[in-house]
Amino acid sequence: MAKELLKGNVAFAEAAIRAGCEAYFGYPITPQTEALEHMSKRMPELGRVFLQAESEVAAINMVYGAASAGVRVMSSSSSPGVSLMMEGLSYIAGSEVPVVLVDIMRGGPGLGNIAPSQGDYNQIVKGGGHGDYRPIVLAPATVQELIDLTVEAFDLAEKYRCVVIVLADGSLGQMMEPAELPPMQVVRPVDKRPDWALTGAKGRDPNVITSIYIDPAIEEVFNRKLMAKQAEIEVNEIRYREVLLDDAEIAVVAFGTAGRIVQSAVKAAREEGIRVGLLRPISLYPYPFERVHRLAEQVQAIMVVEMNGGQMVNDVRMAVEGLVPVSFYGRMGGMVPLPDEVLEEIRKVQASIDVAG
Amino acid sequence: MTNKELVESLIYTKPEGLTSAVTHYCPGCTHGIAHRLLAEVIDEMGVREETIGIAPVGCAVFAYDYFNMDFAEAAHGRAPAMATGLKRVSPDKVVFTYQGDGDLASIGAGEILHAAGRGENITVIFINNAIYGMTGGQMAPTTLPGQRTTSTPLGRDVEMHGFPLRMCEILSQLDGAVYVVRRSLHNVANIRKAKKAIRQAFEVQRQGLGFSMVELLSSCPTNWGMSAAEALNWIEEHMLPAYPLGDYKVSPAISKHGGN
Ligand SMILES: Cc1ncc(C[n+]2csc(CCOP(=O)(O)OP(=O)(O)O)c2C)c(N)n1
Repeated sequence: MAKELLKGNVAFAEAAIRAGCEAYFGYPITPQTEALEHMSKRMPELGRVFLQAESEVAAINMVYGAASAGVRVMSSSSSPGVSLMMEGLSYIAGSEVPVVLVDIMRGGPGLGNIAPSQGDYNQIVKGGGHGDYRPIVLAPATVQELIDLTVEAFDLAEKYRCVVIVLADGSLGQMMEPAELPPMQVVRPVDKRPDWALTGAKGRDPNVITSIYIDPAIEEVFNRKLMAKQAEIEVNEIRYREVLLDDAEIAVVAFGTAGRIVQSAVKAAREEGIRVGLLRPISLYPYPFERVHRLAEQVQAIMVVEMNGGQMVNDVRMAVEGLVPVSFYGRMGGMVPLPDEVLEEIRKVQASIDVAG
Repeated sequence: MTNKELVESLIYTKPEGLTSAVTHYCPGCTHGIAHRLLAEVIDEMGVREETIGIAPVGCAVFAYDYFNMDFAEAAHGRAPAMATGLKRVSPDKVVFTYQGDGDLASIGAGEILHAAGRGENITVIFINNAIYGMTGGQMAPTTLPGQRTTSTPLGRDVEMHGFPLRMCEILSQLDGAVYVVRRSLHNVANIRKAKKAIRQAFEVQRQGLGFSMVELLSSCPTNWGMSAAEALNWIEEHMLPAYPLGDYKVSPAISKHGGN
């Protein structure tokens, strides 16, 4: 298939359709709404389910219901809407049904604004809803990655029977870029729905989808099962990109749009002779702790750039274990850092190394 | 006794739609009656193997242990949304929710209103016992004025806590609602009427006509602080005047298909 000029929100919605998504439930919210609108047109065309819910609370519970029936299902929203989904996501995690959610983050807290932000990192990556669970979280930096990770999200959700969240920011949802859509997959036939799904207990014992384990000892057994699954995810599903790290003395760690901006800054810094590289985590859960730790053994300083007040930086510090200084540069409120600003910060880090050295 | 005698004297048996689990319901609670009526209807319609139930958060949270069919357990109040998702991707299945008054009329008021408004082709069994049973007897949106609960120890003061919600009356206003009726479980005659209504509600769904709900006035002897018999009297004396029994919405489409 050839590349086309695609808007991020439309691109991930169409990618989901091609990944065999059979049902979409959502509620309008900027800067994500084009996805819902695309679904409202395309899903009925294909004989699939689109429904505009009365709220994000309802949307995620509709998703929960459809997922319980064993179909590929998703929702998408933006920060305030995703906050409303936290209860549902916890139930979904607690009953192990596969669900895909795309969060196109915007400025906050509160109503905030509709400009790009990465302020949901803590909420999304650390679980978000109540109880012990982690969704797999994938952070694209380009429209192409947004497409590819959305498709992958469906496979991962089914493989681990878990929640997979594609975490992007408003700029990625709104920008247009040349990108290639995947081929159309066939939708799973009704008689091929998974054996755990609610399909009617015909010729078998009833299936139950529930998240309640009233006996603490049994709940703990279930908790351990989730932990074991997470351990497996932590072994298998770590994803990141590296740019010019081989000989780097400074490593910048940044995800999503911030990572993309840092990449420009790193190239400019290299032209000035600064030996700097970029680590861009793509899976935020599972987080590439091990890779960051090895980097800390190699470089003299690490800088983290985020479009928030400093959230992922805590994971980086945890991975670095005090081996090298970790500095942070962030913009908030929907402000996107410019490569020049980041370059200036890289120069400062270089200067601090020179002083120390 | 010979086998023949045994069969002929068999007047009461467990519906296939129920498991043989012993329920956790308190003595005298009418949840058990509601379960049995539902299971009988599902048996009589022969749809057990294509039915998916959704349990609430409330005393009926473990309904899936008692019903012998596929079941989901929803978040508090969200059963109609979950049912919507399920039904939309499995339109050939029979999907019902089973919800208490806190679940349906308080925390889930939004979800039930919109499911009814959309004319979602699901059946809702609504247990109105005028109290929060599971959490130990606090005020529900259906608690009667003056009624004592653990969170209205001096009785529900409408100046402070407002007035009860009448869900049949509210939902029957919506075009998407096709069959909305209130019945009671306080005596045998009413129990029989309740069963007929449940059957009708499921027939409505089978015929794809839209949203159906049967509200069942129910007892909670434990949290009302009464004996089982007193509780049934209390339904008759106090709940019936506040929640009149009747058919609040019977869409003309139903009689066209032949109601029962
Ligand atoms: C989000 C949330 N809030 C509160 C609760 C606590 N809670 C459990 S059941 C219940 C009330 C149930 O009452 P009702 O729906 O009337 O059903 P009943 O127990 O009387 O059958 C409450 C408040 C909860 N589980 N989840």
